[in-house]
Amino acid sequence: MKRYLPYLLAGTLFGFTLVKAEAASWYRIMEMFYFDAFHMYGILFSAILTASVGVWFMRRFVGHASLEGSPMEIPLKEKGRYKFILGGLIFGLGWGVIGLCPGPLFSLIGMGSIGALAALIGALMGTWFYGLLRNHLPD
Amino acid sequence: MEAFVHLLQSPWPWYVAGPVIGLMVPLMIWIGSRSFGISSNLRHLCAISQPKVISVEFFKYNWREHSWSLVFALGAVLGGFLAGVVFANPDPVQLSVEFLTRLSNWNIPIGEGFLPPVLFGAYWQSIVIMYLGGLLVGFGTRYANGCTSGHAITGLSTMQAQSLLAVLGIFAGGLIAAHFITPDLIGSIQP
Repeated sequence: MKRYLPYLLAGTLFGFTLVKAEAASWYRIMEMFYFDAFHMYGILFSAILTASVGVWFMRRFVGHASLEGSPMEIPLKEKGRYKFILGGLIFGLGWGVIGLCPGPLFSLIGMGSIGALAALIGALMGTWFYGLLRNHLPD
Repeated sequence: MEAFVHLLQSPWPWYVAGPVIGLMVPLMIWIGSRSFGISSNLRHLCAISQPKVISVEFFKYNWREHSWSLVFALGAVLGGFLAGVVFANPDPVQLSVEFLTRLSNWNIPIGEGFLPPVLFGAYWQSIVIMYLGGLLVGFGTRYANGCTSGHAITGLSTMQAQSLLAVLGIFAGGLIAAHFITPDLIGSIQP
């Protein structure tokens, strides 16, 4: 159980921040897609910048023991082309309507939102449909 | 004490929230060489709940190996509860004048807090829209193997070209939906 505590704390900080940043607010997401405010772009750009510096810093510890004890490495994504563009496009089409990406989806469940619950059930069904159809989709 | 509670209730500016979210990437590497991301939990939840009779190959794996990820998602739920219920901001979101004007053109009442009730309330049309939107989000994030956290933040900060493709796709889709679908769709809901 103790092994999972760091993940619980990290997740709690993440969920807390998404709500305090208002990144979990439909209003903020629409404001972003209409280029009406800098707020969301500020969050995304400063997050990417901070993460880049953090990863650059962590690279010198590759091979050293992580908190869990395993040797540290920088995880990589799998290869492909169309799945990233098409998958991203499909996800974006949903995001541009319901204003929720998966992170805020989880944190809004914690806020007791009925809309988020409906979206979560939809997202689970969508994930399942992908699993069903994946061999017929371009990579 | 009152000042402290007020501080916990107030929203964070982008230059505080962005770096905290960005720190998740090196933090997860430090904890256990994990890739920061949350959408894969949708797959794990399907793997947990899939009955043996339907058995889709994609969900046949030992999800217990990903328990750490599910615990992270549980934390995100807990964090949402703390930030949005326990220390909820009593004031509505401080939106730009341009966007407030747009909302009033869409007939969405201004100053209603965190989420628009017309879309997030218990109306059957809203629930259907949220469900269908969720369907696209679930399908798309699994097809692209990541969402905003996994691609835009983790992928771009570790300079992975695939993630740039995904981010371009996500943003294109979001722009199309937000400009050509959402205004009419919201207007059509009759609470």
